[in-house]
Amino acid sequence: MKNTIADRVADFIKNFPPFDLLDKEQLLDISKEVKIKYLDKENVIYNINDPLHDQFYMIYKGAVKLKKYINEKLETIDQFDEGDVFGLRPLFAKENYAINAVTEEETILYCIPIEMFNPFIDHNKKVRQYLIESFASNTENPFSNEFQKKLLDDDVKLDFTKDMFEMQPVRLIKNVITTKQSSSIKDAAKLMSANNVGSIIIEEKGCPIGIITDKDLRVHVATGNFAITDDVSKIMNSPVKCYKKNITIAQAQITMMKHKINQIVVTKDGTPDTKILGVFSEHDIIVMKGTNPSVLMKAIKRSNSTKELKRIREKIMMLLEGYIQQNIPLTHINNIIFELNDATIKRVIERCVEKMDQAPPVKFAWMSIGSQGRKEQLLHTDQDNAIVFENTDDDHLEEVRTYFLTLAKKVNKRLKTIGFEFCPSEMMAKNPKYCLSIDEWENQFSAWSRETEEEELLLCSIFFDFNFTYGEQSLITQLTDHVTEITKGNLIFQSKLGACSLRNPSPLGFFRQFLVEQDGEHKDHFDLKKRAIMPVTDAGRLLAIHYQIININNTAERFEKLAELMPEDEELYYSCAYASKALLKFRTKHGLRHHNSGRFIALAELSKEEKMKLKRCFKAVAKVQELIKLKFNLKNFI
Amino acid sequence: MKWLFNKNENSYPDYWTRYNACFLDAKPIDINTATYVVLDTETTGFNYDKDKILCIGAVKIIDGSIDISTAFEIYIKQDYFDEDSVKIHGIIKNERIETVSEEEAVVMFLEYIEDAILVAHHAFYDITMINKALQRLELPKLKNSVVDTMFIYKATRTNSTTIDAKKKYTLDELAENYDIDLSDRHNAAGDALITALAFIKAVSFLVKNKNYTLKELLTHK
Repeated sequence: MKNTIADRVADFIKNFPPFDLLDKEQLLDISKEVKIKYLDKENVIYNINDPLHDQFYMIYKGAVKLKKYINEKLETIDQFDEGDVFGLRPLFAKENYAINAVTEEETILYCIPIEMFNPFIDHNKKVRQYLIESFASNTENPFSNEFQKKLLDDDVKLDFTKDMFEMQPVRLIKNVITTKQSSSIKDAAKLMSANNVGSIIIEEKGCPIGIITDKDLRVHVATGNFAITDDVSKIMNSPVKCYKKNITIAQAQITMMKHKINQIVVTKDGTPDTKILGVFSEHDIIVMKGTNPSVLMKAIKRSNSTKELKRIREKIMMLLEGYIQQNIPLTHINNIIFELNDATIKRVIERCVEKMDQAPPVKFAWMSIGSQGRKEQLLHTDQDNAIVFENTDDDHLEEVRTYFLTLAKKVNKRLKTIGFEFCPSEMMAKNPKYCLSIDEWENQFSAWSRETEEEELLLCSIFFDFNFTYGEQSLITQLTDHVTEITKGNLIFQSKLGACSLRNPSPLGFFRQFLVEQDGEHKDHFDLKKRAIMPVTDAGRLLAIHYQIININNTAERFEKLAELMPEDEELYYSCAYASKALLKFRTKHGLRHHNSGRFIALAELSKEEKMKLKRCFKAVAKVQELIKLKFNLKNFI
Repeated sequence: MKWLFNKNENSYPDYWTRYNACFLDAKPIDINTATYVVLDTETTGFNYDKDKILCIGAVKIIDGSIDISTAFEIYIKQDYFDEDSVKIHGIIKNERIETVSEEEAVVMFLEYIEDAILVAHHAFYDITMINKALQRLELPKLKNSVVDTMFIYKATRTNSTTIDAKKKYTLDELAENYDIDLSDRHNAAGDALITALAFIKAVSFLVKNKNYTLKELLTHK
């Protein structure tokens, strides 16, 4: 019988070891027995001391971390992503699991039954070898006291940081730039420039026979000792220092220092006589380490793959966590994280534009809307964005739109892969409703502010906070001018926005208690977004529109500007600015602690101090709502 | 008085009696442990009376896992043949695939599904096509509960006026939003697997965020 589904499973697993060592028939036999499991993030696959499962696992989508007790603390010792195999203990040992396996994000697992797989281990030496090696590297405690002691005895001072960075295996750059020894230095240099790399490997039959670095070009070519038309073999370094896979970062660093080189070539058996598996440079170590914004910024700009950007984004989250722990003022955190997010999005768009078959037919701008537009996006939240493009004649309008929709689809998809989830209301550039020409946008905004019903209010609250991200800035400026013009003195529209902003009452209830959710999963939780962040954000937007404060989207900055413009209400506006920052920080802290959006806060979990702080914020919310009620004549509300 | 004209249960073939018996002692099940059969059909066209099923692909979800060993894929011999639909599903009349008669397919299918909950994208279409085949064999309609992933997906979306309440989501849209590969699109078994992945993701969301029970799952029509 035909078995399309098993074929498809086989198609995936055949790309990854040890399955790449099996033949088609064997792959299909295994695939037929696979079970596919879906797990949400932070779900346990197995715990330490759990009895062994009768299957091991391969990650089809998502990521998994393995944890172990180190000095009585449960610490992550390894992370796996797509194509990685784990949970091999049942293949080799009879005791219970020695490690925890927990999903790090939404994950789809292929569960491979041991019984089905055992014959392949017995009969295929290579498969066995591979599994034993990876089993050993997963379970052997790389931070064992013995190992540490040895290093200390040798008087090597290593910084044993929290996550034992140096002991992690290096991550290979698999997209290796190579050339033949007969090619000219000029062509090699061109290749290096085009790929933005500092070295190029000279290969023959897949094996490395030499390497040229930026330095060689400086020392041998720029000095005039060799001509750019000479063969690369004249200046290449040979033989090449090669290493085996799974070299740790510490080893790599020491090797680089010892041999005064800044890249390492990894081959199949660690000698120059076998095939190149990848390279690893000093720069890559810095990037892996990367808890420094400028390094991350550089890495983003140089990044050539979505997967790499995703990894960088994980680093950004680590950076954020560090900042929050160190209690750095939110304004600074916000600016840095915004810049890094912004650079990531820009890089994604840039790469997608390059991937298109042709250059954009007209000028366009990518705008961020909602929280990213307000520069208030710290945690992974949904992506909200839109495209505006130059006007074009009616005959070409749809053709032009199709181009930008195709582009947007690519960008949205990659942003999702990196960690910006799709907007559940589809407010994204790939939606034809939000991929419009400048004329269409102007009409859209005019219509929203003219006939403002329920739906338009929601759209306004998101789209009025648009911000330039990429492309032609003047288009965004033009749109801003238009929005300023149509909202100026439009009191009907403003009072509607005002009414909307009052819909979520001040979070302090009648008895000065927190209003908590009444039912559902978040019962007894306080909805920080709906009850506190949204009211203050809405109020900031409304007042900014009313007083024609243009080009400021950030809520805190809006209130600071308001305080400056209206000294009589200075105190209130400053307290709103404070509240907006404090609430955002609060949400970020909770989100990081619970690995979620931080939206729902369990009251029971709050310390006395936290409650006091929150109450102070809520008073500001209540006051500004009172002000809006009077100012826009909305007595019937609240 | 339609029942007067229905055949007595005893006069149905054995395979129907066996299928029917699966429903006699219904055990309580919950949303996480129920057995689901996720299926997709390819047909000769879109006319319920004229067109027939070319292929049924299905896979079971048992205890929350898609069990590949339960994959089901059968091709049905055709007399009637519509050139237009070949473009969609690529099944060519004389392609060398093992085929069975419509009755054999029905026997295998009923034996396969038992009393499982059936899941399909735009389920009404597939179920009607299967019921038409049953009708040609003078059998009653399927007795299983049916879940349509289109409605399940809709239930996961933000409840907002900005989304057209009548919007129909295609399987491609689900796959795109759930980041599922589309390599075997328009092949019944491939589509069944895509639907199954989307289904477990959507159900997991509904259980987590909306405390969904099986009862609620079955109310989306």
